[in-house]
Amino acid sequence: MAPFAIYTILGLGVPTAAVIELAFRSNSGKVTLANVRTVTHGVYRLGFENSLLISVISSVIPGILGLVLAYAIYTSRGSLLKRVVAAASGVLANFGGINLTFMFIATLGTTGVLTAWMSVVGLNPWNHGFNLYSFYGVAVVYLYFQIPLMVLVITPALGGLRPAWREAAENLGASSFRYWRTVGLPVLLPSMLGGMLLLFGSAFAAYATAETLTAGTVTLTPIQIGDVLNGNLISGEQNVGYALGFGMLIVLAVVMVLYILVRRRASRWLR
Amino acid sequence: MASLVADIAAEDVLAAPDIPCVRRRRLLTRFRYWRGIVLLIAAAYFLIPLYAGLRFSFQNDYGHWSLYAVKALPAQTGFGAAFFLSLRLGAVTLGLVLVLMVPTAIYVHLKLPRVRRLMDFVTILPIVIPPIVLILGILHAAPLWLRASPYLLSLAYVILSYPFVYRSLDAGLSAIDLRTLVEASRSLGGSFVRTLLHVLIPNLRSALVSATVLTLALVLGEFTMAQLDLWTTLPVWIYQFQQDDAHVATAAAMLTLVGTWLLLTVIVLLDRSQSRRAVRQGLR
Repeated sequence: MAPFAIYTILGLGVPTAAVIELAFRSNSGKVTLANVRTVTHGVYRLGFENSLLISVISSVIPGILGLVLAYAIYTSRGSLLKRVVAAASGVLANFGGINLTFMFIATLGTTGVLTAWMSVVGLNPWNHGFNLYSFYGVAVVYLYFQIPLMVLVITPALGGLRPAWREAAENLGASSFRYWRTVGLPVLLPSMLGGMLLLFGSAFAAYATAETLTAGTVTLTPIQIGDVLNGNLISGEQNVGYALGFGMLIVLAVVMVLYILVRRRASRWLR
Repeated sequence: MASLVADIAAEDVLAAPDIPCVRRRRLLTRFRYWRGIVLLIAAAYFLIPLYAGLRFSFQNDYGHWSLYAVKALPAQTGFGAAFFLSLRLGAVTLGLVLVLMVPTAIYVHLKLPRVRRLMDFVTILPIVIPPIVLILGILHAAPLWLRASPYLLSLAYVILSYPFVYRSLDAGLSAIDLRTLVEASRSLGGSFVRTLLHVLIPNLRSALVSATVLTLALVLGEFTMAQLDLWTTLPVWIYQFQQDDAHVATAAAMLTLVGTWLLLTVIVLLDRSQSRRAVRQGLR
């Protein structure tokens, strides 16, 4: 127990505390709010706004798609299908970075396979304003690990949806839409929100995929931290990186607290 | 055949009184279409990029099928060094995390059940604190001699692998009758180390395999920390090499991917054989 505690304090506690402390120190070591002020303005503020926006986009859309996919699989009869999807989701949800980037360049890059197929029917996405190496390109690529993550998280919650409820609703004359609106979605809502919060955190923290896909040109907070660490910074702003890290920690702490609250609500139906 | 039986069963249900029969059947067929379409789109979305990546790896510059990228890979400048660096980091990380986690997890399960919630919380933290922020703090807090060594990355990867390793061990420990095993071994005169090596570890084999595989997959694929600590591990090399030869770089990426997936399949298979064993034991 003691070695584990010491290791965790040194490896996780001390570095995190260092980031928070240095966020409030000037380069000469004096206590200051200048770093925090810098990162809430201009290009760094834009980075936070973009990061939040991409996290919202890539938690809501894959959240809904993941729920639909999980439901389609959950209600299907094939046990092989279920097992394959469970295994594949586990693998894909932890996927990202360079491998994913290369797969998407080969798919939706200017000479990609899907780009070529779509040009055959006259729908080359690059001619219609799509750019893989941009903000929305990153969002498209994030779907690849966000949807499986949602499938993993939401499938246990679908088990809480008793078939008897659906039968009862139908016996009372409810349409499929009405069943979902008054029974299904309200029961699933806390779990869905919980899943989306996880997706939000995962998109907000992601660095490798955005960095390798856009060569660091997209304005997101993690990329900006990487720039500061690599020395691509305006002189006198060395400690701005720590303030950016501190900002990310605050956002993620809020997400975590919301997640715990939502989970408590969701567990009511899982008993 | 099975689906035919199920269909007949469905007909029986539909024929039962009090259920609006025709509407229900329409609902079912509509629902089946809907599910087919969803599964088809999902399969396309997840398989096309995989196909595209593999196709690009087995093509030369003129778009013809070729094995040149795979064959040329081992001879590329820096590939061997990056590959072995990643392997070394993986081995060191794995050794450290197992030595740290196995006794801790066993001790907590045996003596401190009340600490389990705290352990759940602590081991989930590396998922909440992004690697990019963690490496920022580590590079500042680590002493200079450690920062000069690639094994600083291993020390950091140990933290990143907490969630996977602890979760596997926790599941494994919950599945065995830990207290009885330990008491039996102790009353036969086994020391704690002997109990650990000869009684507990064999019983935790599948949990240890899954912890091992997940840790190795993590280390072999980790990009963020390695790039910012300026060490050319395999993923960093692949990223840098794409400017020289995109086919070779993609081939390397797809090969590591396939390798990792094969490793992960091992876990799934082990999981299943273990659950089968559990079922058999339950029947006895």
